[in-house]
Amino acid sequence: MLITCPYCGPRDVIEFTYQGDGNRERPDPASQNFEAWNAYVYDRLNPAGDHNEIWQHSGGCRTHLRVVRNTLTHEISSVAFAHGGHGSAARRKAEDKS
Amino acid sequence: MMAEYSAFSLLANALKGNKDWKPAWRKPDPKASYDVIIIGGGGHGLATAYYLAKEHGITNVAVLEKGWLGSGNVGRNTTAVRSNYLLPANTRFYEHSMKLWENLSHELNYNVMFSQRGCLNLAHTPAQFDDYARRGNAMRHLGVDAELMTKAEIKRLIPALDISDSARFPVVGGLMQRRAGTARHDAVAWGYARGADRRGVDIIENCEVTGFLRDGDRISGVTTSRGDIRAKKVAVAVAGSTGRVMQLAGIDTMPIESHVLQAFVTESLKPFIDTVVTFGMGHFYMSQSDKGGLIYGGDIDGYNSYAQRGNLPVVDEVMSEMLALFPGLARVRMLRSWGGVCDMSMDGSPIITTGPLPGMYLNCGWCYGGFKATPASGWCFAWTIAKDQPHDLNAPFTLDRFHRGLVIDDKGQGANPRLH
Amino acid sequence: MSPRRTDTGGRIDRLKTIRFTFDGAAYTGHAGDTLASALLAKGVTLYGRSFKYHRPRGLLTAGVEEPNALVTVLKGEVREPNIPATMVEIHDGLVAISQNRFPSLAWDINAVNQLGGKILSAGFYYKTFMGPVFGPLKGTRFWMFCEHFIRRAAGLGSAGSAKDPARYERMNAFCDVLVVGSGPAGLMAARAAADQGARVMLADLEPRFGGSANWSDETIDGAPAADWARRTVAQLEGRDNVRLLPRTTVWGYYDNNTLAALERVSDHKEQPGKGEPRHRYWAIRAKSVVLATGAFERPLVFPGNDRPGVMLAHAAERYANEFGVLPGERIALFTNNDSAYRAAIALKKAGAAVVAIADIRPELSPEMRKLAAEAEAEIFAGHAVVATEGGKALSGLKLQRFDMTNGALIGDARSIHADCLLMSGGWSPTIHLASQAGAKAEWNAARQAFLPPKPTQSWIGAGAFTGSFSTLEALAEGRAAGLAAAGGQSTPAVLPVVEAVPGDPDPAPVFEIRAKGKSFVDFQHDVTAEDVRLAHREGFVSVEHLKRYTTLGMATDQGKSSNVPGLAIMAEALGKPIPEVGTTRFRPPFAPVSIGSLAAERFGDLRPERLTPMHDWHLANGATMYSAGLWYRPMIYGHAGETVEQAYVREAKATRDSAGIVDVSTLGKIAVQGPDAAAFLDRVYTNMFSTLAVGKARYGLMLREDGLAFDDGTTWRLGEQDFLMTTTTANAGKVMQHLEYFLDVIWPELKVHVTSVTDEWAGAAIGGPKARQILAACVTGTAVDNATLPFMGIVRGEIAGVPVMICRLSFSGEMAFEVYCGAGHGTHVWEALVEAGKPFGLVTYGLEALGTMRIEKGHVTGAEIDGRTTARDLHLDWMLSKKKPFIGSAMMDREGLIASDRLELVGLIALDNKPLNGGAHIVEEVDEANPHGSIGHITACCYSPALGKHIALALVKAGKARQGTRAHVSDPLRNRFGPVEIVSNHFYDPEGTRMHG
Repeated sequence: MLITCPYCGPRDVIEFTYQGDGNRERPDPASQNFEAWNAYVYDRLNPAGDHNEIWQHSGGCRTHLRVVRNTLTHEISSVAFAHGGHGSAARRKAEDKS
Repeated sequence: MMAEYSAFSLLANALKGNKDWKPAWRKPDPKASYDVIIIGGGGHGLATAYYLAKEHGITNVAVLEKGWLGSGNVGRNTTAVRSNYLLPANTRFYEHSMKLWENLSHELNYNVMFSQRGCLNLAHTPAQFDDYARRGNAMRHLGVDAELMTKAEIKRLIPALDISDSARFPVVGGLMQRRAGTARHDAVAWGYARGADRRGVDIIENCEVTGFLRDGDRISGVTTSRGDIRAKKVAVAVAGSTGRVMQLAGIDTMPIESHVLQAFVTESLKPFIDTVVTFGMGHFYMSQSDKGGLIYGGDIDGYNSYAQRGNLPVVDEVMSEMLALFPGLARVRMLRSWGGVCDMSMDGSPIITTGPLPGMYLNCGWCYGGFKATPASGWCFAWTIAKDQPHDLNAPFTLDRFHRGLVIDDKGQGANPRLH
Repeated sequence: MSPRRTDTGGRIDRLKTIRFTFDGAAYTGHAGDTLASALLAKGVTLYGRSFKYHRPRGLLTAGVEEPNALVTVLKGEVREPNIPATMVEIHDGLVAISQNRFPSLAWDINAVNQLGGKILSAGFYYKTFMGPVFGPLKGTRFWMFCEHFIRRAAGLGSAGSAKDPARYERMNAFCDVLVVGSGPAGLMAARAAADQGARVMLADLEPRFGGSANWSDETIDGAPAADWARRTVAQLEGRDNVRLLPRTTVWGYYDNNTLAALERVSDHKEQPGKGEPRHRYWAIRAKSVVLATGAFERPLVFPGNDRPGVMLAHAAERYANEFGVLPGERIALFTNNDSAYRAAIALKKAGAAVVAIADIRPELSPEMRKLAAEAEAEIFAGHAVVATEGGKALSGLKLQRFDMTNGALIGDARSIHADCLLMSGGWSPTIHLASQAGAKAEWNAARQAFLPPKPTQSWIGAGAFTGSFSTLEALAEGRAAGLAAAGGQSTPAVLPVVEAVPGDPDPAPVFEIRAKGKSFVDFQHDVTAEDVRLAHREGFVSVEHLKRYTTLGMATDQGKSSNVPGLAIMAEALGKPIPEVGTTRFRPPFAPVSIGSLAAERFGDLRPERLTPMHDWHLANGATMYSAGLWYRPMIYGHAGETVEQAYVREAKATRDSAGIVDVSTLGKIAVQGPDAAAFLDRVYTNMFSTLAVGKARYGLMLREDGLAFDDGTTWRLGEQDFLMTTTTANAGKVMQHLEYFLDVIWPELKVHVTSVTDEWAGAAIGGPKARQILAACVTGTAVDNATLPFMGIVRGEIAGVPVMICRLSFSGEMAFEVYCGAGHGTHVWEALVEAGKPFGLVTYGLEALGTMRIEKGHVTGAEIDGRTTARDLHLDWMLSKKKPFIGSAMMDREGLIASDRLELVGLIALDNKPLNGGAHIVEEVDEANPHGSIGHITACCYSPALGKHIALALVKAGKARQGTRAHVSDPLRNRFGPVEIVSNHFYDPEGTRMHG
């Protein structure tokens, strides 16, 4: 399996660490909504088909990637920075504010 | 009455040209309704059907299998049977399984070839040896056999093992469970299938469940590729496909990820190793089948998959660990590799429970432990279905234990299914 | 020259004689021979014994699919079992032995199994050996007793335990087009792709490229096909964009067009060349793959079809044309298709007598009749072989008229005298790699074969692989495939002209002749046609059940020749067409792969070794090293004659009496830097770090998201935006990934950068009442007095000219300091500290003394933070800030995590004054005979020199409330039972007066 890291290009799966279901929403740190916390920590989407996942290029640039991969065929249809990487919208927004 | 299978029946049939053997199980068409439907004709589903009939007298049961019977993990595992767990809930459950294994061939009148040749966990540092001592003592305090072995004893038991001090991770000792061993995996499925069939259970192959029927909130049956089938109780035992089947019931998230686990076998060899052996500084386990093939495996590939197909990094890693223990095997050849899909739960322990919907019963989350669990899983699941409440042995294996903080985490890895 | 060797032709070099032994007997052959061809040339007929019945077996094939002729190749003590003799290239000094026989290949005692006959039918072992229900052999004992003998009779060759001295290596390769198979289709594809400028790799499992061109009697462009192949290969060899891989089996087709191949680099040599590995494992990422893997010929299933001397037709053709060897002198053929007639011609030309051709088909084409006439063979159309004769070699066979519409045998049998019978049951395309890639094969009724399906990955098929069995089609398809794979546009070169032996590619749909006697489907595993029918009778009818119940196709050849005949027999029994029985999905590897090659460079070198900068110093100064994960750390610095316990007691005592120094370079170190670094640490740690002053350090605890304890360590604030975090040695990598995940995925708005600096710093912890004096003696540029360097204070200075950071913190419980310097100066600074300490009685201490002092202090490590404990369990709840949320704070109060019966950290003192054991359990009442009632276990233990007692840390149910009570250790594994007192985990100086000074 090859994952095309936006920084490093196509690299073998051995360079990456799987960080699982990318659909989970972490509640606000101060949230006392235990159902939301439990869902975030323990409950996973596990589709047979396209899955939105987080992978870390741990044997490379160590960036986290959001990968859409088919769990039946292992075909990868898209790779993006988990949060747009260093040029991410979120990061830029934060930088604009500061 | 002569048992259907015995040395005498073999001889008698051979004299008649083997023309009179009956099918191991019938191939009935599904009826319109049953008392219990079990989704999944794997080891656990078949064992559940068998124990429902035998222990609880519930025989109006159908087992629905989407492909051929035993096509999932019961025929894809590395056949090890053991009860050497750390935490009491697991040890008790797997020990119950072990006791059922010990009489299974007689009970089923089917030789499942359960061979108690022992399982040895190698320790490579004094700290790891103490860890294994903790586990072994935990077992002993629950009446389960365990013993520590010295390096010299290990060498006598497994002459081909590299126990030299120059090894990257020298062996310092090990934890042995002598009653552990291996069984012939397919025979377990076939033996339970035959046992259930002879008690009246309908085993229906090539019958894929496509949805659930509901009566208000209650699950009242299934739609299948062979028509609708109603039932008072619908039990799900589809480890490896749990995500898919639960999605049909409208449950999208579960404390489970499906991962592919590869297994390997070498060409047949004359007896090379007598026991199951595991490596302590990685993840590698190996035994030898009666046919002579070394059967071995390691870690899951580490990403969600339903493909029953793995990739090279795990292949290379497993072979490297194998040679670290057995450098004489470099010229032996890997004959075949295959993949199975494991339900990796959030604490590495299974789920056997009523619910989560009314009329439904759930058996899943077996991680690496499914094969050895087969008898106890079926036994406990049958109890749970028949009595609408868990047996003491599976009471800890609830679905809500994660949310309640009552996890049973033998490896201490937390909610990271990849690491269990 | 032996009588079986032809005078000319083939790939062998008749001028080079090679000497080798088989089963101890000396033989000669020629360069280019395989073990099979060389022995065949000497008239050897018996090569192996079958798995179950130990029947004598000869060569069935000439290639990788050989099921019968398996040998063990010996290199000194190193054994390589189960190698097909057809794949062993002979070299001087080759030692091969037969296997699975006792005492000898010719006289094998286990051949008695054949007498078991119908009792030993498919799956018989499931129906017996259960043994008695009562008595000494109940349970699993009787089976295990039987199994003992079964195991010894089963198995093929033996593996050795001597370490293979050979080297294996791995290559990663990238190419535009990988061509698998070098027959006419593959060569043409490689040339067409190379002409387009593509980077091409061409792999073939045989030593010589050319495939069928090497043994067909055809001509291409007017010359023998083999010459055309040689010319084409020579052209390819000269090109920069082509890499040729002979002796290379492409065995795996993985995701994203990653293919795995095994190159047998030096097996065919007496000694490998300088620097040459034995095997090279190729991981090839190909943009596109051309599968030109050809087809396997199928045997026919008839009584006695396993007799030595019965061989596939094309195999004989190969032996004659490629090796110049005649497999017999009087040869008969039995076929259901035209391709076998080529073999008749080839053998006739090579000098054998072709005595008969039995063809299942009643009507034969004029072309075939002409070929038969050319071979001077008598034709028996509409006939079948119904029996063979002979012992360890064929002596004759029986023919009978056969009606292929209903399988009936008609009239009397007729005997034919022959020493070799060639059979052909049609051809099965070698679609294994395509199947591995995820595609399902499709049945073609005309070809009576499974053909490759639509590609699921980037591959293109060509030649016999696609069911196009003629050379002309192979060339055309190969050229088209090569062009398409390279994405080429330009007009390709003209196709060569082929002069081929005529033939219809479609066989008659007959797989089995049903007559009296054992008819083998799977030769190696002795699966007969009757076994397949028994499986049908017992309901094992799906293809996977058939395989698993009868073991059909599970042998070392993985059913390359037996799968389709087996399916056909089952289909007939079911009265269904073959495709409805199903096809098995082929799994990697295509052919068995040496485990050494897969481990490659990691064979003998499983993991890297992590060494601290002072490693050599430790070794030179008497340290016994301890392997901790990948690291090596000093365990003790033992004096002559000391036991481990004596050494660590001495080291710990000396530290508490004067001073000790220990290498702590393995601690994980992470630079946490940026404007939001302090805010980030507040979220990561349970306690506050934003309030930490610059130049101070603080002990911190991290939880996982689920609220359980994760890791601990001190973090130093070096600047307003600059922190140095330390982690436990074992969790360094995990903590790093944890931090990165939160920064990258959860809180990308935080301006923080984390960098692993574990390997940048050398660290030494120096502690004891005289530690400060020692530092004062060697540190320059800063004072180290209490005012300048208070508890948890940090200063910068120099030791022996090297800049150092010093933090006053204590793990040992003494007045202690951690000294960090650049890793490259580690030994220099360490030596300076040791030198400065000499007048003060400084000792070096290892992990054992470190552990002893931490147990005395009751500090936790990985044995207590084991992934199942909470901060409260470890009495670290004082570190859980109530002023802020942190990772794990929302989840840490769930019912299971605050239950009253949780395991809590306590101290234990052995009341019998005997050593305690790690991993021992704790019980309220000892029951040595029947241990039960565990309430916890020991996580760490030692003899405490400070207390003069054997003590331990333990996790005990509701342990805090038990302090001051008695319990017992219960360690049945080591037979150690005894009373203990449960106390606080803080054994020594609980007020911390010593470290605060």
